[in-house]
Amino acid sequence: MSRVLPYPVLTAALLLMWLLLTSFSPGQLLLGAIVAVAASRAMAALQPAKPRLRRWQLIPWLVGIVLLDILRSNIAVVGVILRGPRDHSAGFVAIPLDLRDETGLAVLACIVTSTPGTAWIEHDPGSGVLHIHVLDLVNEEDWVALIKNRYERLLMEIFE
Amino acid sequence: MTAADVLLWSVTIAQTMLVVAMGCYTYRLIRGPRAQDRVLCLDAIYVCAMLLVLTVGIRTGSQIYFEAALIIAVLGFVSSVALAKFLMRGEVIE
Amino acid sequence: MTHAADLPGWAALLTAALVLVGAALALAGAIGTLRFRTFFERVHAPTLGTSWGTGSIVLASIICFSVLGSRPVVHEILIGVFITVTTPVTLMLLARAALYRDRAEGSGNVPAHPARRAGALKAEQDRAVDGGR
Repeated sequence: MSRVLPYPVLTAALLLMWLLLTSFSPGQLLLGAIVAVAASRAMAALQPAKPRLRRWQLIPWLVGIVLLDILRSNIAVVGVILRGPRDHSAGFVAIPLDLRDETGLAVLACIVTSTPGTAWIEHDPGSGVLHIHVLDLVNEEDWVALIKNRYERLLMEIFE
Repeated sequence: MTAADVLLWSVTIAQTMLVVAMGCYTYRLIRGPRAQDRVLCLDAIYVCAMLLVLTVGIRTGSQIYFEAALIIAVLGFVSSVALAKFLMRGEVIE
Repeated sequence: MTHAADLPGWAALLTAALVLVGAALALAGAIGTLRFRTFFERVHAPTLGTSWGTGSIVLASIICFSVLGSRPVVHEILIGVFITVTTPVTLMLLARAALYRDRAEGSGNVPAHPARRAGALKAEQDRAVDGGR
């Protein structure tokens, strides 16, 4: 099983994408399956580190939280832009992270950067210190607590 | 005024807003001040153009525009990454 | 715009509202890049257009074509997923490039390089050890 389908999730995602791009028919299903299996085996030849999913049941919960937070910070950032540039204080925040899993860090980076109002700047893998830039910085502790309690704990449960 | 008229007008207004947004980004692209600001604006212009193509698709009721939007999104991503990489080291391929 | 008449009223109004919200968010982001003064503030502005700006226009397109074709048309979701995954990558690379350039010039209030920070710490410890000896 693992030799034929080294990355089952990737294969399924590629097949789904193929079917979304073309219209659904048995022929397209077959062709898409061939392409997806071939592509995932090509991926295996590259030998990337294989991500482990411990508790994938939590992923929909994470997606829901992130979509809601992005919506809220959209409104907050529109407020900052309309109030004018002088009315906020932007700055860097250093956050000591306990998350070490590479996939988890990549997901955290995507979450932080795609949320308006926070941007991932730099992560030092040695010390685990992450720098983010926050647009509307009122209290540094709040942001550290937000990242650590809201996202990092969930990501550690999923990936570690 | 029927619902179809409302849709027509709001798509027109939305397209105007997107073009104004692209104008703002173009102004920032020309003004700078740094190269990273210009690359950021170029990426944002690609996204706005992609959204504009999607609204044209809604206006004309044609599915062909979806593929154009997807191609713009892909090309925008690749070019922005290449430019960002260039800024980091001064070379695209190391 | 003959097909708009085929849309039922609720779908047309919902599409109209979503398209307007998305375009307004994109415009707000563009105004943000004009108003903010430093690059690291400006990095936040385009994410308005790429998060829920793109999301709501994609949703409008899905609703419009699904109701028109009276079958679910969800391939627009690929654009949403693609933009959500790629924009952070671009912005992170840009932020790192900006950080690198600012550090190389020694300008701007950017956090110090971690290796240099660690080096400074180590030098301090060495000095303390030397002093103790």
